[in-house]
Amino acid sequence: MPYQLSDDEIRVVRAPSPGGPGGAYRAFGETLRGLKTTFARLFEKPVTMQYPEEKTPVYPRFRGRHRLHRFEDTGLEKCVGCSLCAAACPADCIRVVAAENTPENRVSAGERYAAVYEINLSRCIFCGYCEIACPFDAITMGHDYELSDYNRSDLIFTKEMLLAEPLERTPLRREGE
Amino acid sequence: MSLVLADVTYYEAWWIQILKAIVIFAVILGILPVIIVIERKLLGRFQMRYGPNRVGYLGLLQPLAEIIKFARKEDIRPRGAVPFLYAAAPVIGILTAISALAIIPFGDTVDIFGSQVGLYGIDVSVGVLYAFAFGAIAFYALMLGGWASGSKYSFLGAMRAAAQLISYEVAQGLALLGVLMTAGSLSLTEIVHAQEGMWYVIPQFVGFLIFLVAGFAETNRAPFDLPEADAELVQGYMTEYGGTRLVAFLFGEYMNMIIVSFLAATLFLGGWQLPFGIDPPTWVDPIVVFAKAGIFLFFFIWVRASLPRLRYDQLMSFGWKVLLPLATVNALVTAILVVTLD
Repeated sequence: MPYQLSDDEIRVVRAPSPGGPGGAYRAFGETLRGLKTTFARLFEKPVTMQYPEEKTPVYPRFRGRHRLHRFEDTGLEKCVGCSLCAAACPADCIRVVAAENTPENRVSAGERYAAVYEINLSRCIFCGYCEIACPFDAITMGHDYELSDYNRSDLIFTKEMLLAEPLERTPLRREGE
Repeated sequence: MSLVLADVTYYEAWWIQILKAIVIFAVILGILPVIIVIERKLLGRFQMRYGPNRVGYLGLLQPLAEIIKFARKEDIRPRGAVPFLYAAAPVIGILTAISALAIIPFGDTVDIFGSQVGLYGIDVSVGVLYAFAFGAIAFYALMLGGWASGSKYSFLGAMRAAAQLISYEVAQGLALLGVLMTAGSLSLTEIVHAQEGMWYVIPQFVGFLIFLVAGFAETNRAPFDLPEADAELVQGYMTEYGGTRLVAFLFGEYMNMIIVSFLAATLFLGGWQLPFGIDPPTWVDPIVVFAKAGIFLFFFIWVRASLPRLRYDQLMSFGWKVLLPLATVNALVTAILVVTLD
């Protein structure tokens, strides 16, 4: 006795059964449809980014390599060496050694300044917590993402490297792009 | 009494024959890398990418770079391999592929330096059989290659290759019967001459389709590339091969694709003839043949970019249950028509 469907069971029909003349016709038709689909691609422009020559533009809030900032008018560093960024960093990749500003040697706007400011980019996870933790907006995430190097020690970025104006290597995505 | 296997019409001096052999070999060998790079570029465009475009102008030097790369590889032989057969298999593959080139007609006889020269290697009275014979010997390359490598995957690939090639060669041969009966000859040049009124692609359309589909299977091209099914068998019978030996296998495979294209152009598209009674000078003939073969080569690449690989049982049932009966019916109907219309 064949299995009887009860009232609350629904028979799902997924596809016509293969085989027979209908199946052969469908297979042939679908083959032609597949060929047509690929042939149409022949007249379209490739979507490939030719990477080293053209780069994918990044969004304005893209979190790339960090940057340290100075005041534009006085040229003093914004960083006061408070180490809040180092405290916030989940990857523990920021090292700050603070020193006192003196009247002869005034580096930052506050009482103290960062004598040593290093970010180990081989450990950084680019979460952006340092940017949020900073009370003076001294550190922000930049747009550079081409950060490979030949050895690990070269990936420890010092204060001078982070303060330096970055090479404009990363195109920025325009409005609505 | 000497046993004559085939009539070969020689009317050229021996040095012309040697010259012809060298020219045909050099030309086909020269276009082989071009076809490879065109295939890769076309595959790219079919998938909306560029394909190779770094080496040389438009990436045209890509095959050269790859040959250099392959030639510098270490010559590895697995410990379980049978040394002599392992080395012989790629040689057989190349040899049979090149031998089949000899009968492809690129044009009619032309007058060069006062002597009649046929624009083909040889014109044998068993032309099509010759091509099939060498196609059959080409199995040995796959079988020996797979078996002599001493590897499971190679062996599985070789088994599949043998089963597939044998099944589809039957259908392919039967599909050609219609052409042979209509032309009344096995010689390729005579088949071309017989197509003066109408190309065989029209009266023998079913045979043409079967020949083409079986041709895909014979040359191990997608969607019938089961012998090398990369996802299941690594690379099939060539798994253990590397360096120049691998190149030899690939070379043979592409050569087979070229030969099937030329055969299809010769048998179904009227060889060097142009439609509508256009009769160009004889030096155009080879260009016409190359253009017609080019259509098939494009089709091969197009299909490779479009269709997914068949499952093994689908392949077998398609070959034996669809193609073979169709080819048989086609041959029968053609035979009846040839007899009644005569």
